[in-house]
Amino acid sequence: MEKYKVVVIGGGPAGLAAALESFKSLDDKKVLIIERDKFLGGILNQCIHPGFGLHYFKEELTGPEYAHRFIEQVIESQIEYLTETHVIDITPEKEIVAVNKKGLKRIKTDAIVFAMGCRERTRGAIMTPGTRPAGIFTAGQAQRFINIEGYRIGKKAVIVGSGDIGLIMARRLTLEGIEVKAVVEIMPYSTGLRRNIVQCLDDFGIPLLLSHKVVKIHGKYRVEGVTIAKVDSQLQEIPSTERFIECDTVLFSVGLIPENELSKKAGVVLDSKTGGPVVDNTFSTSQKGIFACGNVLHVHDLVDNVTKEAQTAGRYAAIYSQYSELFENNIHINIVAKEGIRYVVPQKLNKNFVQPFVLRFRVDNFYKDAVVTISNAGKILIEIKKSILTPGEMEGIEISQKILSQLEFSNDIVVSLQNI
Amino acid sequence: MSRIYDVAVIGAGVVGMSILRELTRYRLKVCSLEKMEDVAEGASKANSAIVHAGYDPIEGTQKARFNVEGNNIFADICNELDVEYKIIGSLVVAFDDHEINVLEELLQRGKRNGVKGLEIKSQEWVFANEPNLSRNIKAALFAPYSGITNPYKLTVALFENAIQNGADVIFGFEVCKIEKDGDYFVVHSTDSRFIKTRVLINCAGVYADEISKLAGAKLFKIYPRRGQYYILDKPEKMPVTRVIFQVPTEKGKGILVAPTVDGNVLIGPNSEYIDDKDDTATTQKGLDEVFEKARKVLPNLSKRDVITIFSGIRATPDTHDFIIEEDEDVKNFINVAGIESPGLTASLAIGRYIAGLVSRKLNAKKNLNFNPYREDIKRFSKLSNEERERMIKLYPSFGNIVCRCELVSEYEIVEAIKRGARTIDGIKRRTRAGMGRCQGGFCLPRVMDILSRELKIDKTQITKFGKNSYILTEKRWED
Ligand SMILES: Cc1cc2nc3c(=O)[nH]c(=O)nc-3n(C[C@H](O)[C@H](O)[C@H](O)COP(=O)(O)OP(=O)(O)OC[C@H]3O[C@@H](n4cnc5c(N)ncnc54)[C@H](O)[C@@H]3O)c2cc1C
Ligand SMILES: Cc1cc2nc3c(=O)[nH]c(=O)nc-3n(C[C@H](O)[C@H](O)[C@H](O)COP(=O)(O)OP(=O)(O)OC[C@H]3O[C@@H](n4cnc5c(N)ncnc54)[C@H](O)[C@@H]3O)c2cc1C
Repeated sequence: MEKYKVVVIGGGPAGLAAALESFKSLDDKKVLIIERDKFLGGILNQCIHPGFGLHYFKEELTGPEYAHRFIEQVIESQIEYLTETHVIDITPEKEIVAVNKKGLKRIKTDAIVFAMGCRERTRGAIMTPGTRPAGIFTAGQAQRFINIEGYRIGKKAVIVGSGDIGLIMARRLTLEGIEVKAVVEIMPYSTGLRRNIVQCLDDFGIPLLLSHKVVKIHGKYRVEGVTIAKVDSQLQEIPSTERFIECDTVLFSVGLIPENELSKKAGVVLDSKTGGPVVDNTFSTSQKGIFACGNVLHVHDLVDNVTKEAQTAGRYAAIYSQYSELFENNIHINIVAKEGIRYVVPQKLNKNFVQPFVLRFRVDNFYKDAVVTISNAGKILIEIKKSILTPGEMEGIEISQKILSQLEFSNDIVVSLQNI
Repeated sequence: MSRIYDVAVIGAGVVGMSILRELTRYRLKVCSLEKMEDVAEGASKANSAIVHAGYDPIEGTQKARFNVEGNNIFADICNELDVEYKIIGSLVVAFDDHEINVLEELLQRGKRNGVKGLEIKSQEWVFANEPNLSRNIKAALFAPYSGITNPYKLTVALFENAIQNGADVIFGFEVCKIEKDGDYFVVHSTDSRFIKTRVLINCAGVYADEISKLAGAKLFKIYPRRGQYYILDKPEKMPVTRVIFQVPTEKGKGILVAPTVDGNVLIGPNSEYIDDKDDTATTQKGLDEVFEKARKVLPNLSKRDVITIFSGIRATPDTHDFIIEEDEDVKNFINVAGIESPGLTASLAIGRYIAGLVSRKLNAKKNLNFNPYREDIKRFSKLSNEERERMIKLYPSFGNIVCRCELVSEYEIVEAIKRGARTIDGIKRRTRAGMGRCQGGFCLPRVMDILSRELKIDKTQITKFGKNSYILTEKRWED
């Protein structure tokens, strides 16, 4: 059986950054990336719009360009990778079972990094009534057909969901000559970036219908239209506000779900809020020697954050593979999301590794003029004023050495939000 | 095109396919005429997948007869055809004294119908055996021989086996005119094809009344009655291990909660008469009704686990019973109409009965080459790692996973195409590619690659389920 120090599952930006960082930190440079697709790069390969790398490279790149910079380094470093290879199982003993056209591989490793990304929620998951004709896509499918394969997917479209992906796809479809009739958003606000609303909708005159939902899909063979309606504050349809929009395409961009089937098989504890593993500040999951980063951990809006997080995960995976004893007798304190905060990552602080880290979180609603506080043992350690907070934007707060030194380890760290 | 047959069956649902396969036991030239591009495009793809025990139908009816007979032979035929069938038992749960009385009626009726093993179980028994059910349940009727199957895979298996044994299935053939020419029926399709046949069997589902009328046969009416469903993601532990029914009403067997043979949870159906026989839409009202009623038996049910919703349309006859008979006036025209629930259960028995009838009528000899066995496609998800390794050695494409949620390999998809799948839905029903939690989000483009390669057609020609259900509209540039 082949043996590695670190095996990274998933060759997207998270996997690439984690592998590179592990590689740097290791003496015995046995690192392997396993990717089920034909190419490394993950979802970035189909994101041909600009907007990647502003934070990390301080320049604006497209998805493939951003991925390419990391792929080049992987190839230069001669890090081993397998493409068109699907990991189907991970035993609690960390034996990896992967399959490709050559056969079934069993791989031993000291540490594993999960970087499997996420999948899209579907029309079925949000239970949109109506018929089930052709012409209903997720944003990711549409992106692949249009950007990678060069097909047109319809003539007139309605987009459901106004997060960044929905907004970007509205522009993309328009540029492809598909008329976007509307972007329909059930919430009273868009979870997309202001910049994207302007550049992707306003610039093209595409209406954004907030507090609206598609209540029915019509069509026998191909979509023939949708009925939309206004919703009240309970997100329930308001009677007699229905309106028919003729279209042959409906694009759902209604959220992403971390892809954790393998994590479950490996016995990793998941966080019901993020949908990803519960990790500590070393990105260690509940299973010793298994680390997680990127969209498999929690859904990110910026790939730059994915890269930074993955580097940390990769570094600790390398440390684990060389000095696993450092991870013995772990003592954790919990980092807890309270009022106004939907979730935090990491969810724990490892007492063996009290080192500065970025605490990432999302709020549970739209807030104007609020304060985020981080407290411990009844003491406020950090207070940050924010003029606008939305669930769509992931926030990050640096937990510095100075703050760490004030912690009382017998108590939780609490993150919460107050209106001012 | 003109072909001459001994027997033609209109409609390639589970009933039509069962009849077709049974007919191939005889030396007859037989075919099926189907308006869609694949089998199981009607009620046979969208139902509860339950093999009923037989306590529901009133004794003496065709329903009662074929239900019980069907249940008795289901296991054997599924065995021959390599189709999933699990006898898991069912419970009809009662919430009050009135409902307990109904259980007693069902028990007696079942006994008269010849159903074995029926018993009324106490509240304690119910909770000990199905701990997630509502504490408000007072008693339940237990039917140990109720089962679950995969209705569209059964239809596909019957189709494949019929083809193996020499039958024809003509797709895209929408019957619109039936004439008599001597001893033959001349059956025309909307696209101007026709075939001739000595015996014509009507298995057209919700359209069976119109076909009967076209043939100048008995007039009856089929009312479309829709039922809506939820499918939940595969749970780590099944919330119920048996099929859980509520006490039936005038409108039918009510909302059930059941495991599927593939490991998902199925909830539904409600019952509503609709105007349009093709209106397979789900509605908010219908879905809400289903969920609320299901919650009554399974209070912990969560919508978070829903992966898809769908509906099926029952072919409810105004005669209140299956219409299974040769027409009194039009000789050699046989109606197999109004096959609503328990039509799936009954289908295999109906097939035998009709084939027997027709063979006697035509004095047909036995087909000594008839092979009752059909092997399913080898499934990556079902094999051990050792068996997987062996398969990959033989067929490298078995190692290429196309559908990640259901672990479907390229080999399986190619095999499905070789066996007749032409559409995305056809592949989905045969392989489960696209049936998992991401509903094809990942594999749809990959399945299209394979379809286009194997059928040597451009991707713009690929449809979801035939006719105008195109996925892509135009090629913008070449690679
Ligand atoms: C439409 C769209 C627009 C976006 N726009 C921007 C933007 O403008 N700016 C920005 O910064 N970010 C943007 N993002 C977000 C950014 O692309 C993601 O945050 C980032 O790609 C996540 O990286 P990842 O490595 O975690 O996941 P992915 O890129 O999804 O990579 C995961 C990889 O794991 C592989 N994998 C999964 N399971 C297995 C297995 N069992 N075996 C083997 N391999 C497996 C997958 O094939 C995949 O390649 C956008 C995303 C989308 C979808
Ligand atoms: C909601 C629901 C739940 C059910 N639950 C169960 C259950 O749990 N257990 C059970 O035993 N039964 C159940 N049933 C009943 C069972 O599904 C049906 O009895 C069975 O599928 C009927 O099969 P069929 O072949 O008669 O009809 P269908 O499958 O509808 O096939 C009819 C075929 O005829 C074709 N056709 C129609 N018109 C023409 C034409 N002019 N020319 C050519 N072709 C034509 C159609 O395209 C179709 O393929 C349920 C049904 C429904 C709708």
